[in-house]
Parts: sequence; C-alpha cells; structure tokens
Amino acid sequence: MITVIENQPPALKITQLKKIYGDQFEALKGIDLTVEAGDFFALLGPNGAGKSTTIGIICSLVRKSAGTISVFGCDIDTDFSNAKRHIGVVPQEFNFNQFEAPIDILVNQAGYYGIGRRVALERAERYLKQLGLWERCSEASRTLSGGMKRRLMIARALIHEPKLLILDEPTAGVDIELRRSMWDFLCDINQRGTTIILTTHYLEEAESLCRNVAIIDRGVIVQNTSVKALIKQLSMETFVLDIRDGLTHAPVVDGYRIVHTDSHCLEVEVASGQSINPLFAALGGQAIEVLSMRNKTNRLEELFISMVEKKLPEVQT
Amino acid sequence: MSRYEIWIAFATIVRREVRRYLRIWPQTLIPPVITIVLYFLIFGNLIGGRIGSMAGLPYIQFVAPGLIMMSVITNSYSNVVSSFYGSKFQRNIEELLVSPTPNIVILLGYVVGGMSRGLGIGAIVTFLSLYFADFSIHSLPVTIAIVLLTSMMFSIAGLLNAIFADSFDDISIVPTFILTPLTYLGGVFYSTELLSDFWANVALINPILYVVNTFRYGFSGVTDINIFWAFAMVLLSISLLFVVTLRQLQHGSRLRS
Repeated sequence: MITVIENQPPALKITQLKKIYGDQFEALKGIDLTVEAGDFFALLGPNGAGKSTTIGIICSLVRKSAGTISVFGCDIDTDFSNAKRHIGVVPQEFNFNQFEAPIDILVNQAGYYGIGRRVALERAERYLKQLGLWERCSEASRTLSGGMKRRLMIARALIHEPKLLILDEPTAGVDIELRRSMWDFLCDINQRGTTIILTTHYLEEAESLCRNVAIIDRGVIVQNTSVKALIKQLSMETFVLDIRDGLTHAPVVDGYRIVHTDSHCLEVEVASGQSINPLFAALGGQAIEVLSMRNKTNRLEELFISMVEKKLPEVQT
Repeated sequence: MSRYEIWIAFATIVRREVRRYLRIWPQTLIPPVITIVLYFLIFGNLIGGRIGSMAGLPYIQFVAPGLIMMSVITNSYSNVVSSFYGSKFQRNIEELLVSPTPNIVILLGYVVGGMSRGLGIGAIVTFLSLYFADFSIHSLPVTIAIVLLTSMMFSIAGLLNAIFADSFDDISIVPTFILTPLTYLGGVFYSTELLSDFWANVALINPILYVVNTFRYGFSGVTDINIFWAFAMVLLSISLLFVVTLRQLQHGSRLRS
C-alpha cells in the first residue's frame, strides 16, 4: 500500500509556473501543483499539453518564464544544489552515451553528484542486478535492447538515491511482461519511501500504480485529485460480455442499453452506482449464458478523453 | 556541494574525457602524430635543407616549435569541440545539466580533458622531433607556461564552438576555415620579417602568431614579437573566452531551451 509520508515538506511544490517559448507560445499558463512526500503521482495530458516542459523545468533543462518550484523545501533557484540532489529523472528518450558501458554510465553519473568511486561501484552493481542488466554491464550500451536501455536509465536516475523520481513515459515501447516487472520495481521503491511522479500514455498504468493524478491540457491543470475521486466522476461505464450461444440480436433488459456487436459478444452501458446483478438475472432468464465480462476501455482513459475532448476546438470542415 | 564532492565531479569529467580519447586512439592519437612527422620530413628535412636559415636559425629548428604548437592547438580544440558536441548530439550532456555539478566545474573538466590530449600529443611530437632536430631550451618557464596557456585557450574556444554548434558542420567550419588558416599564417613556417610592413601589422591580429613566437622564444630565444605582450594577449583571450563560455553554460539558450 502506498503511504504518504507526513511531517515532511512536499516532494514537489509548483507555484504559478509559466513558460513562454519565444515571444508567443505559452506552453505553461501559470500552473500550481503539489505532490506530497511518498506519493505515487501521475501527470497526464495529451501530446503538447506541457508535461515534458514541466519536467524539463523541474530538472533545470528548460528555463522557466515565471513561478517558483521547490523540491522537499529546496527552491530550485536559490538552493539548486540540494534541490537537484533530491531529483532523479528518467527522460522519455534515450540520453546516455551509447558508446559507454552501463557500469561506466552509472559510475560517472554518481560522480557528478559527488559520490566517490567505491560507493558508486557498489550501488551500480546493486541497481544493475535489480534491473537485470548486470550480465551486460561492461558492453557498449548501444548493443542493449530497447527495454534494457530504458531500465538502464532508471538505474542511472537512482544511482544518487534521490527522494523524488520523475519518469517521463517510462514504459513507452516496452513489452507487457517487462512493463509489469518495471511496475513491480517502481512500487517497491515507492514503498521504501521514494516519491514517484510519472507521465504516461498508458492510463491503465496510472490507474494501477498511482494514488493521485493531475491532468494537464494546453498548459493548464484541468484536474488535480486522487485517482479514486477521479474514477468516481465516471458517469457511465461500458462492459463487454462474452456469450456462449450465438445471438442474432441484442436482448432487451429494462434499465440497460445493450448493443449487439457480434453473435457471441454484447456491450452493455452501466451508469455509475447502478447494480449489474439485475442484468445477469435478466440475461439468465432469457437463457443467455455469460462466459466473461471486462471493461471496454480503461476507466481512466474514458474520463481522460471526456475531459480533454471538452476543451478541444471543433474541427472546421 | 562540498569541496570534496566538487573535486569528485571534476575528476569524473576529466577521467571520462581521457578515457574517451584513449578508447578511440586510432582516431585521436595516431593521425596527428603521423601528420606532424610528415611535416618534419617535408618542411624540415627535404625542403628545409634547401631553405637554409630563418631568423638566424636552421630552418628545421625554426619550424619545429611551430609544428609542436600546431599539434597542441588542433588537438586541444578538436578534443573538446567533438566531445562536447557529441554529448549534445546524443543528449547525454543532460546527465551533467541535471546534476548539482556547478557550471564552472563542467567547464574546467572539459578544458582539462582537452588540455591533457593537446599536451600529450605535444609531448609525443616533441619526442619525435628530437629525431629530426637538435633542441636546446632557452627558457623552460616560458616554454611550459605558454604551452599550458595555449592549450587552455584553445580548449575553451573548442567548448564555446561546441555550445553554439547545431550540426556536425558547425564543429568543422571553425577548425577548417579559421583555425587552420590562422595556424598557417601564424608564423609557424616563416618569420614575419619576410612580410611587408602592412601584412606584418595585419599578422599581429592573429593570436597564433603570439603563441608560436613565444614558444619558439622558449626554445631558441628567437621571436618576432615581445613575449610580455604575447603573454598579456593570451591571458586576455583566455579570460574573455572563459567568461563568455561560462555565461553560455549558465544562461545560454543553446543548452537549456
């Protein structure tokens, strides 16, 4: 279970953060965001919403136009050395020297944080073993698979043992099995006290892992709440029912809208808080045997789309 | 960061830089040595024998300090420009930018890495030149001081070039169209006494003229220019380059959007 650590300053506190590229494009329009220590936090938003710009500013790779940011109480402008010490970042794109070996990449990164070689080597071995890279630790990192490169970036971000880990699309392009093992790893380090912020396009990932969520769209935070509270906002869910015997048309059940998609499959819309027991009873009464049931789409995905769609302009045709 | 942590960060950058050029030694160490040996063979032995003396020195002794300095300049510059731009291109420069390593330590780390290659190649070339020419040292302090400062100056210049570069073309334009012509016109192969007054005065705006002549003075006591003025020019250039480069690391839009 994820625990928020009390009596600590927030892991991240963003106040009125603005970023204007050039003279015109306002990528961030004064966002406020607080992530508590120990949280597992999702920052969601469509492409170009401002997620990567926000992360870039926190990590000092992008210069802000206005606003303040503090990390565990350390202002990134006035106390940048301590603020940076607290942050580990896993960017979306591979950004390590592809000609260097993983062990060298990790030891060098530790060195940039003032960690001596002996300690750095011990930590590098530990993280490379935990992430299944130890056997390849001395090979040029360009020879690693995509999933291995992504795990290497996680190991690199952890080498100085930050209190806040920021992951920008950490499982993009990673196969399902590896994604699950990375989730387990992230849950494990979160349970041991590391605050995690992740951006992702896999909303199932956010729903499974995260306790709190912010949705950013066109430089504005449009939602900032717990994942549970967000899910409660869902007014309607669609379930897919797999049927044993072939049907030629959708059965009629009072209180439910049922769509016949093919002879062995039905889609049922269920309102939030509505029981589904009467549905099964009615289907049983019509000799329709349900083999399995699943959500048509991820619940968070439905909400996300509805929230972002509200803000999208109509397409001119 | 504490002083000890800053030292670790600095040593990490320097060690990584040295390992980089040692790892690719067929590209970084062998070609400059072969090039300079060919210069010695052609300009020193074959053609130099027919030229006779220059500024009162046998031509091989006149040209040797310039050739050594040429290798120091080009290797100091090219090491930093290619390494730093390579880091920008692969984006692994972000490893440093997100860390608490102060910008001045990043600058010094790259510069010392570049100096180690420039001075290392210079030492190898000096050793090889003993086969072609007899050397005597007129002033060891001047020789050592000017070679260190020159290596530092061109390492910083290489870093500045890399910060501004947006493509691999940008890191080859300066060495090809500025550094090489300035080196050839910087008194390596001839004395400015051979030039007309006008061109001799034009040559004074070339910084390489100062470092080559001062280095030659360190070996033979022969120079076309005042060495105190030369040291002042070199120190001024280093100071300006240092301030501009540090400012770019801190506030420049080339590294942080």
